[in-house]
Amino acid sequence: MIKIQKLIHDYIKRDDEGNAAGTQRAIDGVDLDVKAGQFIAVLGHNGSGKSTLAKHLNALLFPTEGTVWVDGLDTKDEKNLWEIRREAGMVFQNPDNQIIAQVVEEDVGFGPENIGVPTEEIWQRVEYSLKTVGMWEHRKKSPNRLSGGQKQRVSIAGVIAMEPKCIILDEPTAMLDPNGRREVISAAMKLNRTKGITVILITHYMEEAINADRIIVMDRGKVAMQGTPREIFSQVERMKELQLDVPQVTLLAHELRGMGLKIPDSILTKEELAAALMGGQTSQNSGLGGDCAKKEAAHGDQN
Amino acid sequence: MFDTITLGQYYQTDSLLHRLDPRVKLVGTFVYLISLFVVDSFVGYIAAALFLAAMIMLSNVPFRYIVRGMKTIVFLLLITVVFNLFLTPGEVIWHAGIFKITREGLTFAIKMAVRLSLLILGSSIMTLTTTPTQLTDALESLLRPLKKIHVPVHEIAMMMSIALRFIPILMEETDKIMKAQIARGADFESKNIVKKIKSMVPLLVPLFISAFRRANDLAMAMEARCYRGGEGRTKMKPLVYHGRDRVAYMVLLAFFAICILTRIFF
Repeated sequence: MIKIQKLIHDYIKRDDEGNAAGTQRAIDGVDLDVKAGQFIAVLGHNGSGKSTLAKHLNALLFPTEGTVWVDGLDTKDEKNLWEIRREAGMVFQNPDNQIIAQVVEEDVGFGPENIGVPTEEIWQRVEYSLKTVGMWEHRKKSPNRLSGGQKQRVSIAGVIAMEPKCIILDEPTAMLDPNGRREVISAAMKLNRTKGITVILITHYMEEAINADRIIVMDRGKVAMQGTPREIFSQVERMKELQLDVPQVTLLAHELRGMGLKIPDSILTKEELAAALMGGQTSQNSGLGGDCAKKEAAHGDQN
Repeated sequence: MFDTITLGQYYQTDSLLHRLDPRVKLVGTFVYLISLFVVDSFVGYIAAALFLAAMIMLSNVPFRYIVRGMKTIVFLLLITVVFNLFLTPGEVIWHAGIFKITREGLTFAIKMAVRLSLLILGSSIMTLTTTPTQLTDALESLLRPLKKIHVPVHEIAMMMSIALRFIPILMEETDKIMKAQIARGADFESKNIVKKIKSMVPLLVPLFISAFRRANDLAMAMEARCYRGGEGRTKMKPLVYHGRDRVAYMVLLAFFAICILTRIFF
């Protein structure tokens, strides 16, 4: 779906007169291959180049060196521009700054209007998109009357209405409260699981990444780590070096293990930790969290 | 603080006027305003008032909402009436000291008051029954011929609707910045006009910076959603004239003709 080869991006620094006064490398030799239907989380602290990377996937930025292909289309080729932007929809951080219309349904219709979809089909797409994110009953409202999470869901609907193959969410939850965050992430998950849309979620909330198929950790413009959530979060010390946290439960498990408790190093959820702790006590088993959970369930049945 | 502000004064309900094409309403309002300056006799004003009354009935908007729009101009209205009443030369019918009322002044003041009131009521009927979005759409559609002389009609309409969308957001932001600056000891309450203007600087600078940042973000979001100007764009809610709109144009024409006739015969 998305293929990136040796991508380099330089931002040009300008002095007061607007002359180029040097460059800053935001992305430094990134290779990436995302298969269709995957849920990818991109982590990294501020300035690690993750947002710049996202803008390359939607052809909002163009490579200084290297190549980006979206569904086989090279982003550098100008005639591919609109097709790429339609196929790879983008949701941004600030919910207020990406809603254009004054009524929810009109905003969702904005994208299809731009690509010249006939009126009747626009309405079908708007209905479908708003129902997908669960905002259909709010279609007549002004965006100003919605909560942050609802606004972001409207933005997602606006992207869905363009029938993309891939959605890039660039820190969509950074400005939301915990409830709003949950709403947005579950909407994105649902799209990925039920509609098979490739989702690339850029975030710095570790909890949002645990359900991803693959995590990519960025640091200083490079891919620092790559792997499944379990592989990534088991390396607590390495994550700390990259100024990143791991989910709280994983951290707790890590600390407990450091104190001599026999628990696996790849705990991602409360349930897993509880199971591992119980399992460890009863059978001294230190297998994977999943196994422990099964054992715990069986144990519970016996009582 | 700014929570209560609703843009325009759209009153949501269902009525013939609400369903009418916004272009008809826009043209209608213009014609009505012009006709108020065409008529110059009491018969003419009665015709205009009757027409307006009929429109108010058709709009289904409670009368108190319509009158509410008048509040803002009560002061202006009073000044106009008082000045016309006392300062028009002519046949004196009442006087006390240096104040005198003339017959001409009285007629003129009444006419002026009626004209102004009808003017305001007429235009508020339009804004009460038409959403700002519909108005921009109507404007875009009506101004389309200007495209031939390279007026960026679509862009102007887009700017207007974005401005309308962002007014409440920027208001809220102003409120936030104001509170932040008050917390740091800024004084917005000062009566001194120079101080007052100076105190606006720490309010306006952050507001402008944030507005530009928003504009930048919004432009990127629009591009990401394939916006590339008016070319090749379809409409989600295209404006289509129905039978009722044609009838409305006829009624409008008839009304305008009556206004011209009253001007000639009375």
